[in-house]
Order: sequence, then structure tokens, then C-alpha cells
Amino acid sequence: MRLTKLTALLATVAMPAMATELEVTHWWTSGGEAAAVAELAKAFDASGDKWVDGAIAGGGGTARPIMISRITGGDPMGATQFNHGQQALELVEAGLMLDLTDVAEANNWKEVIFPSTLLDACTVDGRIYCAPVNIHSPEWLWLSNKVYEDIGIPVPTNWNEFVETAPQVEAAGKTPLALGNQPWQSNLAFGAITVAVAGLDVWKAVNVEKNMDVAAGPEMAAVFEAAANVRKLAANSNVQDWNQATNLVITDQAAGQIMGDWAQGEFQVAGEVAGQDYTCLPGLGLNAYLSTGGDAFYFPKLNDPEKEEAQKRLAALLVSPEVQVAFNLKKGSLPIRGDVDLAAANDCMKKGLEILASGNLVPSGDMAWNPDVQKQNEDLLVEFFKSDMAADRAHAQWVSNLKTGL
Amino acid sequence: MSATTEAATPRTTSAARPRPRWTRNISAKIAAIPMIATALVIFLGGTIWTVVYSFTNSRLLPRTNFVGFDQYERLWETSRWLISIQNLMFYGVMSLVFTVTMGFVLAVLMDQKIRFEDTFRTIMLYPFALSFIVTGLVWQWILNPQFGIQGVVRDMGWTSFTFDPLNNPQTVLYGLLIAGLWQGTGFVMCLMLAGLRGIDEDIWKAARVDGIPTWKTYVVVIIPMMRPVFITTLVIVASGIIRLYDLVVAMTSGGPGGNASQVPAMYVYDYMFQAQNLGQGFAASTMMLLSVLIVLIPWAYLEFGGKKHG
Amino acid sequence: MADVSMAAAMTGPRGAKPKKRLTGRNIMLYGTLLVVCLYYLLPLWVMVMTSLKGMPEVRMGNIFSPPVEITFQPWVKAWAEACTGLNCDGLSRGFWNSVVITVPSVILSIAIASVNGYALINWKFKGSDVFFTILIFGSFIPYQIMLYPIVILLREAGLYGSLWGLVLVHSVFGMPILTLLFRNYFSSIPEELFKAARVDGAGFWGIYFRIMLPMSLPIFVVALILQVTGIWNDFLFGVVYTKPDLYPMTVQLNNIVNSVQGVKEYNVNMAATLLTGLVPLVVYFVSGKLFVRGIAAGAVKG
Repeated sequence: MRLTKLTALLATVAMPAMATELEVTHWWTSGGEAAAVAELAKAFDASGDKWVDGAIAGGGGTARPIMISRITGGDPMGATQFNHGQQALELVEAGLMLDLTDVAEANNWKEVIFPSTLLDACTVDGRIYCAPVNIHSPEWLWLSNKVYEDIGIPVPTNWNEFVETAPQVEAAGKTPLALGNQPWQSNLAFGAITVAVAGLDVWKAVNVEKNMDVAAGPEMAAVFEAAANVRKLAANSNVQDWNQATNLVITDQAAGQIMGDWAQGEFQVAGEVAGQDYTCLPGLGLNAYLSTGGDAFYFPKLNDPEKEEAQKRLAALLVSPEVQVAFNLKKGSLPIRGDVDLAAANDCMKKGLEILASGNLVPSGDMAWNPDVQKQNEDLLVEFFKSDMAADRAHAQWVSNLKTGL
Repeated sequence: MSATTEAATPRTTSAARPRPRWTRNISAKIAAIPMIATALVIFLGGTIWTVVYSFTNSRLLPRTNFVGFDQYERLWETSRWLISIQNLMFYGVMSLVFTVTMGFVLAVLMDQKIRFEDTFRTIMLYPFALSFIVTGLVWQWILNPQFGIQGVVRDMGWTSFTFDPLNNPQTVLYGLLIAGLWQGTGFVMCLMLAGLRGIDEDIWKAARVDGIPTWKTYVVVIIPMMRPVFITTLVIVASGIIRLYDLVVAMTSGGPGGNASQVPAMYVYDYMFQAQNLGQGFAASTMMLLSVLIVLIPWAYLEFGGKKHG
Repeated sequence: MADVSMAAAMTGPRGAKPKKRLTGRNIMLYGTLLVVCLYYLLPLWVMVMTSLKGMPEVRMGNIFSPPVEITFQPWVKAWAEACTGLNCDGLSRGFWNSVVITVPSVILSIAIASVNGYALINWKFKGSDVFFTILIFGSFIPYQIMLYPIVILLREAGLYGSLWGLVLVHSVFGMPILTLLFRNYFSSIPEELFKAARVDGAGFWGIYFRIMLPMSLPIFVVALILQVTGIWNDFLFGVVYTKPDLYPMTVQLNNIVNSVQGVKEYNVNMAATLLTGLVPLVVYFVSGKLFVRGIAAGAVKG
């Protein structure tokens, strides 16, 4: 008894001395994202260390070059966000990242992290190099209930109904589909439309099995035709950022947006209620599935035992149940472990959780393809969505883009 | 600084005995080390490094896995790159012509012994103090169809008025040009004005005596005399055009229509870092550097090869 | 000596003052200049006006009209409250860093470039023109291309992430244009002066400090303004080659402008823009006269 008291006392006394500053870089700067990252910082500070925030606005495209330069320049941060998958693979292979395998084993990550593909994406040659923090699925359709109420028609329940009612929305002077000008948004929308139009099997054949015959086949040709019609629905949305496009839906200027589940955070910050002010349709309401992409934290090697301990403490903390709940509730993303209670989750998140539990999962584009392929497709698809490029030409180019990543 | 002692040393030795050739002007050579190092290590070395790695399939990290001309083949089959080049050529020619003519005409106007010259000059020059990011932001705001010029004119009653250059692939480059000229012409005007002021008054007198009309004096006498000014201007303006990046990112991110305002520097940056395909980015860089060389070698020949400068 | 050359440099348009007359020519002249000024001033007007409006007014009104209700809230927010991620202290955190980066970078880059220009004109050595040509070539290289090689160089030199690494990078990239300007300027200084000093026994540094420097205040002002502007406005190098403790103000500006939280807060963006641009703007307004005269004094004579 005395002894435990003493150690407890020692622990509290020792705490401040142990407090290690860790600089954490990320590109979470929108309203919902910033609120979520504050939860991580709060938890880390509460554990006795110090979170030094290194947010870089402008999305991964702006932030990643800076992060990579700093890591290869030999003056890295304590921890950094990447979309897990192939983005940081070479940095790991070059031995620049901290091996977290002992943390993972001590905290039983193999058992608690669900789905297990998340941990596989962190694993290189059997060692674990990143701590996943959330699951993001990009294939959601967000709808403004008010737009449909004003027209006097029911809110669509799937993508096909959305396309059918689009002329009525347009007649009412609203933009049917909000789509920002950033290239990745077009790529995202295309992926979602692929699943909706061609179905999950085709999606898997192309992106998982990498069957180029299917990619060049008639199913995908139909997807490009469908996408060519969709781009007309988005002709009037001239915003840049994804959350500006989301804002068009929030303010009822646009009927819908295809965007990942992170859009949820924006609706939440704006004080909107799921099911009442807006409707969300995972898998565009047609194929209820989630892709298991998401964000993960990597910890560059610092050659400082004290910092290394702090890095490992942070890694363990990020996966811990309490932090998972607090973080994901704010961000609108799903937790990376199945054993946490998200009673506080709203309608949309619950839909996501159900699909997660049912195991209807596919890997994300970032996992399936390397960044080079992703970038080429972004360039292609933003041109396709924002101009009148012929569908067959875009299709042919798309297939040859995929082939560079085989 | 110990300037005098340093300078004195080589002189005394030179008086004592003949010295080897390389020690002549030894202080000057020592003083030029930063320049030589920059030229050789950074600019030349960096360029060679870039060219070498453009023949590899390096992705996130530079690796020496050579793949021949693969990166170049892919580059020249990429529509975004081809469009980037067209865009830059169009923007570059327009920008060069307008900057130089506007700069020159404004300088001529300013040189008419006008009143409030300082005020006019300050007004034309101040945009140069602002970064391209800021310039892009402000002009994006002014050209915004909802709030900017178009919106205001429509509010005044002309409801069919359309002025929305940034959202139309056909006109977006003009939109960029409006902003680019706003930022840069003032500086060129100052360079030109300085050149005009540097011309001897006697030349004007002689021209007047001979009865040559003013405009003809400018074209036939003054402009040829201002050759160095034009060269300085050309170097500064052209280097700015090739490096065009921030303004586009701030105003259009390369859009609308996906790539109507893409420029080569953006392609390089995106493929080097976003796509993590260094080899492709370096191949594009090499093409950019090559085009600079093509322009620069004749210039260097004229400047140093043709006639000797004092 | 400096005063003499300054006075010489300050000769404006020569001849008698024009008579005040409302001739057709004058109407054309001033009319054109006024229209041109409108083009130049419009954005400044919009920036200032927008930055003084509240968001509701920004959304409703037209961007050219003055604010109905003046508020300084956007300025306060931009300076001290705007958030990026977790740091809600606006631009203020980067201001001092910008100063700390700009001052040594400006001094070092000008010192090097002025010596370069002097050596190129008065102390030509074998190959000096070749190095100069490479420098000019360097001025055309897009910065993005050099990012990687410089990361490697700085890492090998052990300067990566430090203030001095960044200062060095700024000096390197400022060198081409500055050297060009100094070279052209020094070429306009009569060679006889240089030769006379040589006969008197002055060496490289002696002539530089006792003859060249005192005669070239105007071109130093030009270089100063160019460098202050360039370095103060730099974003890319600041963010890639340093760490957050050293991030310049432009990083915060980028963060404020790019972290859209719902609607773009144009008034805060404009205030942030003006605040960031304030230092170079002040430098311009204070020394604008010297700037043109500096160039006029021979910077562009080849």
C-alpha cells in the first residue's frame, strides 16, 4: 500500500520531468478536422507529454512535400500524418521510420485493430511502422433535405434517384451536384460512380485483382458514359476546396455532393442534424460497403531515446479506445477498432458502423494504386469532369494510366 | 573587416617576384568563391543531378535505376504536359509583349516632365511589393463573378453583363495576365524610366535640330540605345514567366476545365511530390531547363562573344 | 562622396518646369495616367475596404463599396486569433521569424552579389563570364526543381532545418538578379576612377570599400528593396528548409487563406494579406524615390 502510494507520488512528481515535446505535422485544418485533432493533442498533453502542432493548410498536396523534405533532410518531426498505403512506403524502406512493432505487440494491435487490412497497410516485411487512427470511406452521397422539400419531392434514397430528379433540381435554380475544382475530388467522385454503376465486383476486379481486361471492358465504358452525364449536373459549381463544395450543400445552394465521410464534420460544425437537415448515402445508396482507407501516423527516427519513448507513447495513445472515440466522433470518421462504444455517434456514422460490422469492405484507392497512378487519374478525371472530353478517349487514357502502376 | 591588409598582401608579393598565373588577382578570385560555388555546385550541379535522375525511375527517393528515355516518352504523351507548354507559351508571349510595351509607354509618359511623378510612380510600383499568392488572392476576389466586377455591374442594372474570365477555359489565361501585369509592369516601368533618364539630353537636342519627330526619335534612336535596359528587363520578366507557379495556384489551381491554366512548373511540382514520381518530375524539369538554354545561349554569345565589354 | 553621387543620381527630368496649361496633350497624358492608376489602385482599395467589413456585409454588398459599418475585427482576427490546426494566434507568431530570416538573408545576399558584380566588371578572370552566364541561367530555374538537390546539400552540410541554411538558400537564389544589377551598375562607374586607385596602390578590397561602396548607395537601395520583398514574401523555402519554430509569416498567411472553415472569410483573408504585405509596402513607400533613382543611377546600363 505504502509502496504503491509512493510510486504514484513518484510518478506524478516525475511526470513534468518526463514531458517530452513532439512536433506533429498534419493537414487537418478544416473546421471538423481541427476539432478532431484537438482531441488527440488534449489526450497527449494529459498523458504528460507535449503536442506541438505543425498543421500545414492546403491539403496533402501542399503538406506532403514539406513532410518528405524534412524527413529526407534529416531534421524530421516527431510524428506525421500520411494516408496509409503506399505514400510512405519508400521512407520506411529507406529506414527513416521508427519500428513500432513492440508497441503493437504490447498493446495487442493485431487483435484489436479491425479490419486487419489497416494494420497490413502499416506492415513492411513483417514489421509495423504506423499507427492507424481512422477509417475513411470516400463513396458517400450527401444531400440537402431542404432542397428536395422546397421542390416538393422526396429525398433520393440512392444514386439513380438522384440522377433522375436532377432536372427538377435544376429547374428550381439549384445546382444538382457540387464538385470542387481540386483534381482529387473528381477522382473520388469517379470511384464512387464506378461502384454505383458497375457494381462492387467490377470495382474489385479492376482495383484489387488489377484485371486490365475488365478495366478496358464494356462495364467501365458504361461508367464513363454515366460520368459524362454526371458532369453536366456539376457544371455550375465553381468552387475550389471540398469543404466549399460541402458548404454549397449545407447552405442549400446545391442538392448533393459526392464526398468522403469527412464531410460529416462540416455538417456537424455548421450545426446540422443528420436525417433532419441532410441525408447521407454510403456507397451512394446502392452498394453498402466501405473502403478501408484512412489516415495513419508515422514516426520518423529521431536518434533520441527520450523522444523515441514519447513517440511510442503517442503511438499507443492514438490507438487507445478513449482517444479513438473522442477523435472519430469529432471527425466523423470510423474508429479503427471494433471494441469501442460509439453510442454518441449520429445517424450517418451508425450507417458506417453497420457496414463495418457486416464486413463489406474493400481496400482504398491509396492502398490499391501508387500515388503516381492516383495523380495521373486525378489529372485525367478533373479534365474529364470539367470539360467535354469524349468518354471513350478518357476511358482509354484511364486504362493506360492504370497500366503504369502494374 | 581587414580589407586593406588583405588587399595589400598580394601586391607586395607581386613586387618581389613574378608569380604564377593563377595567383593574379587572387583577392578577386577568393571574393568570387561564393559566386563560383553557387554557379558550379548549386546551379550547374543541381542541373546535372536533375538530368541524370530524369533517366531513372526514381519515385519518392532518388535512386539510380536507369530506364533510358522512358520518362520522356511518357512526358510527351501526357496531355496535361502538352497543354502546360501551350499555356506557358501563350502566357509568356502575351506577358512579355504587354509588360515591355506597357512598361515602356508608361515610362515615356512619366518622362514628360509631369507633375506628381513620385505619386504616380509609387502607385504603379507598389504591387511589386506583394507576393504572387497575395496578388492571386485579390484578383480572384475581384474577378469573382458573384461578388466582383461582374456582380457589381449586374447590380447596376446591366443584367446580361458577363465578365468571368477565371471560370472559362478560353479566357482564364487572360485573367491570369490581368493579375500578372498588375504585379509586374510597375517594376519594368521603373527600369525603363531609369533607362530613359540615362540618355544624354544632347541626343534629344540633336534629334530636334534635325527635325526628327518625337515618336521616330524613340523608335530609331532611343530604343536601340536602351538595349542594356531591355536585356535586363527581358531576363527579369522571362525568368519570372518560366517560373510561373504561385499565381496560378492561388488563382485557379490549374483549372477551369481541369487544365486550362496548367503551367510546366506545376506539372513538375505535382509529379515530384504529389505523385511521388521524381523521375517524371525531373524529366519535365530537364525539358524546361533545355528550353531556357536554347534561349540563353544566343544571348550569352551576343553578350560575351560578339564584342568585348569594358 | 555618397552625397555627391546621390545628388547626381537624383536628377529627375531635365529642363524647365512645364507650364501649367490645359492643352490637349496634357489632358491625354494625365488622363491615361489616371486610368492606369485606377487599375493599380483598384485591388488595394478592394483589399482595404473588404478587410474593414463584417462577414454579412461582405456576402451581401459589392466589393468596391466602402463599409457601412467599419470593423477592425478581421484585422484583430488575422493578427492574433486565426487558427491553423490548433494554433490560434494568427499571423503574430510568424512576424518575428520573418524579421529574423529577412535581415541576415538580405545582408548576406547583397554583400555577396555586390562583390560579385564588382569582381565581374573590374577584376575579370578567366572564366568569370562563364560563371556569370551560369548564374543568369540559374535565375530561370524554377525553385521547385531545385528543392530536392538543396535538401540533400543542406543535409550534407549539416545546415538543414537551421536559420543559416535558409539564409544561405535565399542568398543563392537572390544572387543571379542581384549580381546582374550590381554588375551593370558598376560598369557605369568610370573606369578611370578604378585605374587611378590601382595606380595609387589600392587592392581589390581597398577599391571596393573606399571607391565602389561609397558611390553605390542607390543600387544598394534597389537591391535592398528587391531582397526584402522577395525574402519577406517567400513561402516555399521557409516552409521546406526550416521547422515550425522558424516558420515565416507567409506560412501563417497560407494557413489562414487555405484553411477554409465553411465559408471563405474574405475579410480576414484580406486583412491577413495586408498585414503580411505591410513590411515590404512600408519599405516601398519610404524608399520608393530612392528605388527609381537607384535604378536610374545606372543600374541598367550595360
